[in-house]
Parts: sequence; C-alpha cells; structure tokens
Amino acid sequence: MTEDARPSPDALLREAQREGRGTLKIFLGAAPGVGKTYEMLLEGAEKLEAGADVVIGIVESHGRSDTEALISPLPVIPRKPIDYKGQVLTEMDLDAVLERHPEIVLVDELAHTNAPGSRHPKRWQDIEELLVAGIDVMTTVNIQHVESLNDVVGSFTHVRVRETVPDKVFENAEIELIDLPPEDLIERLAAGKVYVPDQARHALDHFFSKGNLLALRELALRHAAQYVDARIQEHQSASGKDGGFGGGQRILVAVSETAGGEQVVRAAKRLADALKAPITALYVETPAAGRMSPSEKKQLAQNLSLASSLGATLQSVPATSAQEAILAQCKEVRATQLVLGKSRGRGRWFDRRDRIVRDILDRTTGVVIHVIPFADHVSGRRWRDFLPRGSWTGDAVGIGSVAALTLAAYLAQSWIGRGPIDMLYLVPVIATASFYGFRAGLVAAVAAGVAYNFFFLPPVYTFIIYSPANVITAILLVIVAIITGQLAARARSAAALAMRSARENAGLARFATRLGAVGSTEETAQLIRDELRSLLAVQTIVLHPSGDGVEIIAFGQTKPKLSPVDRAAAEWAMEHGEDAGLGTDTLTASDWQFRPLKTSLGTLAVLGFRGPSGRDPIPAERAALAESLIDQAALAHERLKLETEMRAMEVVRQRDSLRAALLASLSHDLRTPLTAVTAAAAALSTTGDDGELVETVRSEARKLNRFLSDLLDLTRIEEGAVTPDLVPTDLTDVIASAVGDLAKTLAGRKVQSSIDQNLPLVRADAVLLNHALLNLLDNAAKYSSPDEPIEIIARMGRRGPVIDVLDGGPGIPQGSELRIFDRFARGETSDRTGGSGLGLAIVKGFAEAMGFTVEAARRQGGGSRFTIRIPSAAIVPVSLEDIP
Amino acid sequence: MNRSILIVDDEMPIRRLLRVALERAGYAAVEADCARAALGVLKSEVPQLVLLDLGLPDRDGLELIGAFREKDVPIIVLTAREASSEKVAALDLGADDYVTKPFDSEELLARIRSCLRRADQSHGRQRRLKVGPVQVDLDAHTVHRRDSEVKLTPKEFMLLAVLASHPGKVLTHTHLLREVWGPAHIDQVEYLRVGVRSLRKKIEDDPSAPKLIQNEPGIGYRLIEPVDDAQAQ
Repeated sequence: MTEDARPSPDALLREAQREGRGTLKIFLGAAPGVGKTYEMLLEGAEKLEAGADVVIGIVESHGRSDTEALISPLPVIPRKPIDYKGQVLTEMDLDAVLERHPEIVLVDELAHTNAPGSRHPKRWQDIEELLVAGIDVMTTVNIQHVESLNDVVGSFTHVRVRETVPDKVFENAEIELIDLPPEDLIERLAAGKVYVPDQARHALDHFFSKGNLLALRELALRHAAQYVDARIQEHQSASGKDGGFGGGQRILVAVSETAGGEQVVRAAKRLADALKAPITALYVETPAAGRMSPSEKKQLAQNLSLASSLGATLQSVPATSAQEAILAQCKEVRATQLVLGKSRGRGRWFDRRDRIVRDILDRTTGVVIHVIPFADHVSGRRWRDFLPRGSWTGDAVGIGSVAALTLAAYLAQSWIGRGPIDMLYLVPVIATASFYGFRAGLVAAVAAGVAYNFFFLPPVYTFIIYSPANVITAILLVIVAIITGQLAARARSAAALAMRSARENAGLARFATRLGAVGSTEETAQLIRDELRSLLAVQTIVLHPSGDGVEIIAFGQTKPKLSPVDRAAAEWAMEHGEDAGLGTDTLTASDWQFRPLKTSLGTLAVLGFRGPSGRDPIPAERAALAESLIDQAALAHERLKLETEMRAMEVVRQRDSLRAALLASLSHDLRTPLTAVTAAAAALSTTGDDGELVETVRSEARKLNRFLSDLLDLTRIEEGAVTPDLVPTDLTDVIASAVGDLAKTLAGRKVQSSIDQNLPLVRADAVLLNHALLNLLDNAAKYSSPDEPIEIIARMGRRGPVIDVLDGGPGIPQGSELRIFDRFARGETSDRTGGSGLGLAIVKGFAEAMGFTVEAARRQGGGSRFTIRIPSAAIVPVSLEDIP
Repeated sequence: MNRSILIVDDEMPIRRLLRVALERAGYAAVEADCARAALGVLKSEVPQLVLLDLGLPDRDGLELIGAFREKDVPIIVLTAREASSEKVAALDLGADDYVTKPFDSEELLARIRSCLRRADQSHGRQRRLKVGPVQVDLDAHTVHRRDSEVKLTPKEFMLLAVLASHPGKVLTHTHLLREVWGPAHIDQVEYLRVGVRSLRKKIEDDPSAPKLIQNEPGIGYRLIEPVDDAQAQ
C-alpha cells in the first residue's frame, strides 16, 4: 500500500527539528565506577586528534591521576563561580561555552543539579541549550537517574535517587553503554578506584551488593537496547518503511493528587516505551477537588508536571464522577491501555478510589487495564480534615432557621396540632443544605432533632422521650435530614461545577469571537490581557518583541516593573518558544511566569502571569483552560500577522507593477534615441576634419549606454527582480564570451585567461555571470594602466570553483575591501576614469542572486584581485561517460 | 534584381537611420511601422531580408516570424539586451540572427552580409565545409584539422556537423540538443556543455580560449564563419 510507504509527518518533523541541532551522545553506565567519564574523555581525545574542535565544559577528575592525564590534552572552559549563602560553588560556564561555540563539548554528570541562582535548575537543561545552539555534546549518566526507572531502581536498591533526568533527553541521543561485570566493579571499589563521597559510603556499601549490580546492569542493557530499537523504528518511519507508532497502541493514565500518582505515571511511561505508544495523562476534577489540602494540590501539580516531562499529553476534565470521566476519555482518545493507581492502604471503608477501580473494571471491554498498587501515606491528616467543609454562616443560618420554625410552630401548635410539626422541620434542613452545603444541613438536622424533642415531644421541655414511636420519629427526622441534605448539597456542587464549566466555555467562546473582531496588534494584546485576567484571575501582561528584547504592550492599571530576572525570563520565552519563570524549568527566580504564543510563524508574543505572593500563577486545575486561552491568543496573533503581511504584500505588488512599467518605459524610451545616436555616429566618417568630434560622440554615446544599462541592472537588483535562470554552464563559455565582448570596447588591452579545463559544470545564469565578468574586466581596465595585462583565472578552490580577475593598477584602498561593492563607491583615481560607480554593486548583486559571493583584495606587489566564489552546491556532477 | 530590405520598427528615428545606413551600403530599403504594414509589404513583394523589431504596437513581432519564414525571407531581430528569452524564442521560431539595441550600424551591416551569404549557400547545400583550420566532410563523416584527421565520437561529429551546416548562425541550446540528442533531451543542457567541451579539446588551438565554437550566453552556440569570407571587420 502506498499509504504505508509514505513517511510519517511526525517522524519527518522530528528529523527536521534535529537538523541544525547538535547531537547528544550519552555514556550510560549501570553504576558509578564503570568508567563512563574515562570512555568519554578517551573519545573526546580521539576526536581532537582527528581535528575536531573539542573542549571540556565540566569534568570531575576526583583527583584520579588516570582521568587527569586524559583531561590534560583537552582545552577546558573555566568554571563559573556561584556564590550561594556565603559558600562558593563552581558550575559549568554555560555562556562561555556558547560563546566559544566548539564542535563538541564534554559535560560530565548529566543528572547534576545546578547551584541555586544558575540559569537552569538542572544540568540536562544546560545541555539542551547547547544542543539547540548546534553544539555536539557528550555526557555521562548512570541508569538509576533515568526518570521512568526511578521507582524500579528504588524498589530493589532501597536507595532513592533524587536527581533524575527526563526520558525525553534520551530520545534523540546516541547511547553508548559502558559495561563492566559486577565482579570487576566490586574489585575496583575495593581497590579504591571508584570515587564515592565520604558521607555516602555507608549507603553505597549496600548499593554495591552483587545482586544490586546484576539487576542494575540488566536494566541498563535493556534500556540501551530499547533506545536503539526506538531509533531504528523512528528512522524507518521517517524513511517511510514502517507506519509510525507500534500497532496503534494508546495509553491513558489517570493521575490523582496522591503521592502514589508519581509511581503510576512512571509505570505508564515504561509501558509506553515498551509499546512505543503515546500517553495521555488525565486528571478528573471532581467536586471533591475543592476540598483538597494545599499539600495535595502541590502533589497533583507535581504529578501532572512529571507526566508532562515524560512526554504525556495533559488533559483536565471537570466531572462529578471520576469513573464516568475516565471511561469517556478512554473512548475519546481511543485508548488501548488504561493505567490506574490503587492505594494499598488498609482498605478504608470510605475510600471512593477503590470503588472507582472496581467500577471501571466492571464496565470496560477491549481495553487492557493496569492497576498499580501503591502505599498511600496519609500521615499528617488531622481529625478536622474529616469534617465536611462548610462555613460558619451556613451553620448559623441552619440553627437560626430551625429556631425560627420552632418559634412559629410553638405559637401555632394549639391551632395546627402536634402532628405535622415533624414534617415541617424538614423545610429548614433541606433549605439550608441546598443553599449552604452538606455541613450546614447536618447542623440544621441535628438542631431540628434537638428542638423537636425539647419543645414538642412529651414530656416537653426535657430531652427525655417516653414513647418508642416518638424515638423513631426523632431518629427518622435526623436521618431524613442528613440524606436530603447530602443530596441537595451534591446537586448544588454539581450545578456549581457545570456552571463553572459553562462559564469557562462561554468565556472561551466569547474570547474567540472578540479576537476575531479586532484588527490592530495593540487592541488584540489588550483584549488578550483583559480576558485572561478575568478568566484566570491572575495578574496578566502581554509582551511583544522590541529591538533585541521585549516590551510590555498590554497591562492593567499600572505598567508593572520587571526585574532583570523577569526580563531575562520573558526574553528566554520569546527567543526559545518555551515557558520560563516561576513554576517552569527555566529562570525560576522570576516572580512571573512567561508563556510564549507559538505559531507557525514563530513566537509572536509572550504572556506574563503573576499569582498572589510567589505562588504558581496557573494552578493545575486551571492549566487546561489556560492552555486553550493561550492557543486562542496565539492563533489571533498569527491571523493578525498574516493579514498584515498580506496587506504589505499587496502594497509591494502594486508598487512593483508600477515600477516594472516605469522601468520598461525607461529602457524603451531612453534606448530608442540612444540607438539612433550610436548607429548614426558609427555611420559618420572619422577621417574628415570633424573626425575627432565624431569619435567623441561615439565614445560618449557608448558610455551613456553603459550607464543606462548599469542603472537598469541596479534597479532590477534592488527590486529583487533579478530571477536567475540557473542552468548547467561551462565557465569557459562565459569567460570566453566576456573577453570577446570586451575586445570591441577595449581594443588593444591584453587580457590573459587561464581556465582549468577540468572544472566541473556549475549551475549559473550565463547572462548574469557574463555581465558580472564584463563589469569586473571593465573595472580592471579602468583602474590599471593600458599596458598592464588583465588576468582572468578560473580554478577549483577549496570550497568550489573560483573566478579571479586580477589587474596591475594601484589596488583598492586599504580597508575598503567590503565598501568597494557599495553603490557609487569608487577607487581613488576615479575622477579620471569617469565610471558610473555602479559596476561593482551590480557584480555583487548578480553574483548573490545566483548564490555566489564576491570579494575584493589587494594583491601583493600592487593591483587588485576580484574573486567570484561559486559554492560546491552549484556543481553539476556530470562527466563524458554520463552522456548518451 | 537588387531586392529591398524591409525595416519593421515603430520608431521613426530608427527607421530613418536604418534606411540611410542601408542605402549608403547599396541596399534598397522599404519601411513598415507596424505588423499590418509589414504583412502588406510581404503581399506585394518578397524582400531579400527583414529587420524586425519585436516591440510592435499592434502585434507581437514574434508572430510575424512564421509569415516571413514561409517565403524564405531571412530575418534579423532587433531586440533589447535583457531579453534573452525573447531572443531564444525568436531564433527557435526561425529567425536567423539578432542584433542588440543600441547597435552599431557597422555591426548591423556585417550581420546582414553574413545572413545573405548563408541564404545564398543554402540553395545548394555544401557537403564539404571549411571552418578556420578545420575541414568537415559531411558525406565521408571525416574531420581534418590542418591536414591531419581528427577522431570524433559519433555525437561530437553530429554536433560539429549541425554547427557547420549553419556557419555564423546562432543555434539555440534547444535546437542543438534536439538535432544531436533527440527531442527527449532538449532540457539536458549539461549534455551540450560536455559535448562542446570535448569537441573543443579536439579542434580548437586553445580550448580555454575557443575561437571556432563561440558561446552566446543564455542563447546558444555559433560556429564562426569560414575564414576567407569573414573579412567584414
């Protein structure tokens, strides 16, 4: 099928993104001491030997002499000292490496955490920046630092590693496994050849048991094999040999606010890697979310950001029932595998999560369900946490309304009798529950029970109940009150959730409509600011690029003042198209969070958000809404930019057609009289008395014609109207015809040409190249004495064919090698020669239109050298054997 | 006997100048200021040559080429320098040569002479041609250079034969490719470049400063005229 043979667009996109990017090579080891750094240095030294530009960004020798011996031949970028709480720490000097821009940089310890105050919190982010800058990086890491394997390693070593590296870092890297059998490693350890910090020695003694090392080694081997496998797959799908993701598997993982959520997410990632399937991470925002403690909220945000860093697509869905939402999303994303977590706690009877899992198991078909059991740490919960939440006002209203009913019933009881009073008490209970929630309803129910008993059940004015029937009445009253109260409260929160959903949707829709209606950049920015401010309820600003920085163009009442860190974060977001600032991975010291508006036309603007007192301005439950709003804002910017460009293009088009008409008439109207003059002068005899005058007319007419052509050519160049017709061309042809043409006007000048007859054909526009050469020869003739020969040489240079035009004149003035190609730039002796001063500008314009370059230089021993360089890409590889 | 030369140009000063130059050189001249007038002249008499400006007020000059071609009238096109695609189109439609404005009247007269000479010879096609030091025998398929035989490949010979059959005339890339490599290869300019280069190595004195096979940038190649005739400057 041709369908399957077509390369997948995603894979091609990844290939394209990789182009121009540095490559990452990771030396992966099972444990410290296997010799990763040593191998990396060895390879670095080899590359250096082979002529590559290799430097060390940062490598720790830990005082070992064999490592130091390997470091010594390699240039080292000095580290950057960072002052942290009076202590001076040193880190890799990222800016210095970027500035130095080597081909390859060695950066040890991929998982390292940078000292606070560095640009990025993690070293892998530094490396990412180096790669983006086009620098190849070699680095080292141990298997236990791989994010998705963190739990697995922890489960058998009982050592938790805090410094983890996201799996995506490994995705495009070349991975070299440094393998050492456990016996040898233990031997090396015993011989003191492995660097271990003193304080960690005890913990590591256990870590280095043979069992652990065997398990780690197996893990590392498997992991490396998996990446190789993934890369083969990707390569195949990029070249159209295979159809993308393995068998259409899709994974949905439900993320909760529990600490075990991280384990669940990592398990899903391992599954995704094994199946080569995409993951969607789902968070269901139930009414219970409103009762989350701050620590739970934090945990949720952490779980979601972990999922995102592992490459999952985030989804946040408001719903009253978690199982319904999970099942609906399963259908929506057509998941084939569902990953759920289940608390392994003592099975608390009120835990609704157990029910969720059971429910889902009962109701799905065709989906593989993975249940990941985890221990839930519920320590730190106080009794108060188990009280239903509510407000004191609600409680007061409950008691007040019961009291009011009691008074009314008391006054009316002689008239209505005691019979219906128990029923009447339901009124304040239900009313309170529906308006103020479950707790207020409960308070009202208890109060109603107490009041009914005290005032109406005999013996009145005591809490004693005689009749068993009355006992049942009182209990029933409380039960009915509790049940109706709960029902009313649930209906109320469902309604509130639906209302919020509806409000958000309506807000989004209104935002989109309004964005469609505005026409100017300023209005758009202001509208985006106002709408995001009201929908997300955080301080919002819009920044646009300006000069080499950014500028706030929409804000609230007063323009906020940005600190240098804030500014740096905003510029980072603009430049890299990634989130920066508070709550992100980059420049976290900023008070603001900056989100780029990414479009197909690049990052057009940046949004800045500031929450109350340094907290993440966009909490997890608002992330999805914020995402949609930012998308809308980006779309609006894109639309606006496209419109502006189209308008500008229309203006240019009109101006172009006007100018083309002008040019055509100029060339025709000036040329016709000039043709008559030239031809007529040629027909006149130069032998008579007026011979000299006729000669003057002839040569001046010729000069005028030259000048006119130059003007027209230059106008075409500046209009961008030069559209070269690039065809395979023999430089011999072009040079010979230029020399031939010039023979007419420069009779008597000696032109020596030497053309390498083995030069390949090149793609060029023969007319333009011929013209450029004519101008160069003409220039050479003008600026040198008539008896000096002009030389023209075509040869193969280092980067492609080269044409030199050399003269023996005074040479171009020192320092004007570049300026000489400007319009109206002339050599020192120009007064005498009377050229238009346009010739060289035309040479440059024509050469550049064909993708060639020109340069001028002073010759040693006098004279100038003008060189046209043709890139090797223009070579047409064809030989006599290829010709039929 | 002395048939006239038709000047087709909408600019009066040009027509007047051309008439003076032609008459001075001994030719009779007829003028037409538009395509309609030119076709009118063609009905009453067949000129011996036409000087055709392509920018005419009523019709594109290119459309007239066919009409003159039918009557075997040699055509020299007058055109502006930039218009290399226009020149190629004119040549491919059957024009014999072109002169770029502004031109020298001497140069124009030389082109006219060469053009008329070719027109004369084409009635009795020569089978043995001499170009500079090179002699081509179209029947014997042999090439001699200064009396020693030059071995050419079949394609090189065909290329030389096509060029030598129209001495002094510019043959466009398309024309040469069609004649030598066939209509399927008319876009393979690189074939022609390589062919010309290898041919030059065998017949030119200095292949890096070719004298016999001359290039017209962006248009094509011409073989220079036989030496003994090319006296006209």
